[in-house]
Amino acid sequence: MIGLSHYLVLSSLLFGLGLYGVLTRRNAVAILMGIELMLNAANVNFVAFTRFVDPTFVRGHVAALIVITLAACEAVVGLALVINAYRHLETVNVDQVDLMKG
Amino acid sequence: MTVDLRPLAPEVVVAAAALLALLADVFTRTSRARAVWWLVALVALGWAAGAVWTAGEGAFGVLYARDGLANALQLVGLAVAAGGMLLARDYLARVGLDRGEYYALVLLSTVGAMLMVASQDLLFLFVALETLSVPLYVLAGFARDSHRSQEASLKYFLLGSFASALLLYGVALVYGATGSTGLARLAGAEGSFPLLVGLGLVVVGLGFKAAVVPFHAWAPDVYEGAPVPAVAFMSVLAKVGAVGALVRLLPLTLPHLLPAWQPLLAALSAATMVVGNLAALRQTNLKRMLAYSSVSHAGYLLVGVAAGNGTGVWSAVYYLAAYAAMNLGAFGVLTFLERAGVEADEVEDLRGLADRSPALAAAFAVFMASLTGLPPTAGFVGKFYLFMAALQGGLLWLAVVGVITSVVSVAYYLRAAYAAYLGPGRAGVRLHPGPWAGVGLGVSAAATLLFGVLPGPLTTWAQRVAALLR
Repeated sequence: MIGLSHYLVLSSLLFGLGLYGVLTRRNAVAILMGIELMLNAANVNFVAFTRFVDPTFVRGHVAALIVITLAACEAVVGLALVINAYRHLETVNVDQVDLMKG
Repeated sequence: MTVDLRPLAPEVVVAAAALLALLADVFTRTSRARAVWWLVALVALGWAAGAVWTAGEGAFGVLYARDGLANALQLVGLAVAAGGMLLARDYLARVGLDRGEYYALVLLSTVGAMLMVASQDLLFLFVALETLSVPLYVLAGFARDSHRSQEASLKYFLLGSFASALLLYGVALVYGATGSTGLARLAGAEGSFPLLVGLGLVVVGLGFKAAVVPFHAWAPDVYEGAPVPAVAFMSVLAKVGAVGALVRLLPLTLPHLLPAWQPLLAALSAATMVVGNLAALRQTNLKRMLAYSSVSHAGYLLVGVAAGNGTGVWSAVYYLAAYAAMNLGAFGVLTFLERAGVEADEVEDLRGLADRSPALAAAFAVFMASLTGLPPTAGFVGKFYLFMAALQGGLLWLAVVGVITSVVSVAYYLRAAYAAYLGPGRAGVRLHPGPWAGVGLGVSAAATLLFGVLPGPLTTWAQRVAALLR
């Protein structure tokens, strides 16, 4: 029988994976992928909690749909910024993007 | 079922103006026509402010509350947007960035801040936060040919969306713990473990936006690289949204969990004041120095939140209004200066400013004195209220840390103010007059002095917010 805890473990693993990606990857696009994993981990939580905690309403499902839309908006703007940065700085490696220090 | 949309009128006006500005820009060719749309956007901001001013209290479903806190902070947000537009016009025209989407982005992000301070639901708060943040990422990179601006937008985007993801995971945990994302349900919730972890993540996400230590790493680079008028705007607006949301979430919704969150907030606040002020001491770049100053001011604002009492809540509102005037002004002075085709952003570039433009130098001195917290300026009154709130909340040590760090901050603020009054001007630094930016700066300086000399009316106005405290 698959219960709430299974979903929570799955979502924590996804979240941890995303967090690990954000903290260790140096490529801006890969960091963005890590962030998307973290957002989807929250989505798994929302949907699982709807099923087990709040079954009469579908608030968690609605939340997941809203988050998917926002994640798409964020990715669109973010990739545009990454492309623009690449045109000028000729790298998307965040360790080499260091004009400013202090 | 009918829904009364009238409480949302101010946000609808600003959002409509943003879309109009975006659309009109496609058909606009001349600078004169752009100026007309710019004026239309300013009028829309004024209209929205009037609507907020006359709005009573109400609600839009369970998501949104038009109460005292929302009204007060929305007025501050609208004033910041108007100031940001006034400061931007001359600068953008001068450096060849005069495109309508700048104003559309300013208006959209203002809508985000307005919704954020009024949201009664954590998921709605997340949507509002994204509406605030995403236009700011683009504004940071608005100088498309400047490498530093591109770097600023890339860093701001990556760290900002990382913070948003943390906040969202926190919202999901709160949903699991209470069965709802609404603040109404949260208000009576027991402090269970998943709830506290979720709230912690939400606070971290909001702390990122307000540039609270240890989540401030993005601020210096973003503020140094982004165009000056955009920095002036974003540094204040993000704080209005984030601190407004923190006030609504912690002292207004969760007073019964005060023992759980007060130590955390007080520690964040103390760390932010200490790190921000110490790091600002060794900066030679004025934008970077003001970035660390903005970090330290996030700490002062958190003193009000951490105090957790009515005084803390209204003094945070007062300080946000004062901070809006003085910080817009401090960055606004920089929009007049240019060195070899780029922004003159070194402290040394200010030398001789008093000889060239006594009014500008005097205004700059007023803003620096106010950011330090010297009387008779708004910054002094605001800090006084905040530290008083800390004393009433039993946080004597936090007030002491605040006073000591304010004394430390005298060194770097007055160094910048002295530079404006000393020596011959630096070679290659030019001063460009700007009528609209001059108006914006004049209003900021007048407000900074007025709130300091006659704090009564603004204090009474801010104190109404405390009535919300249960």
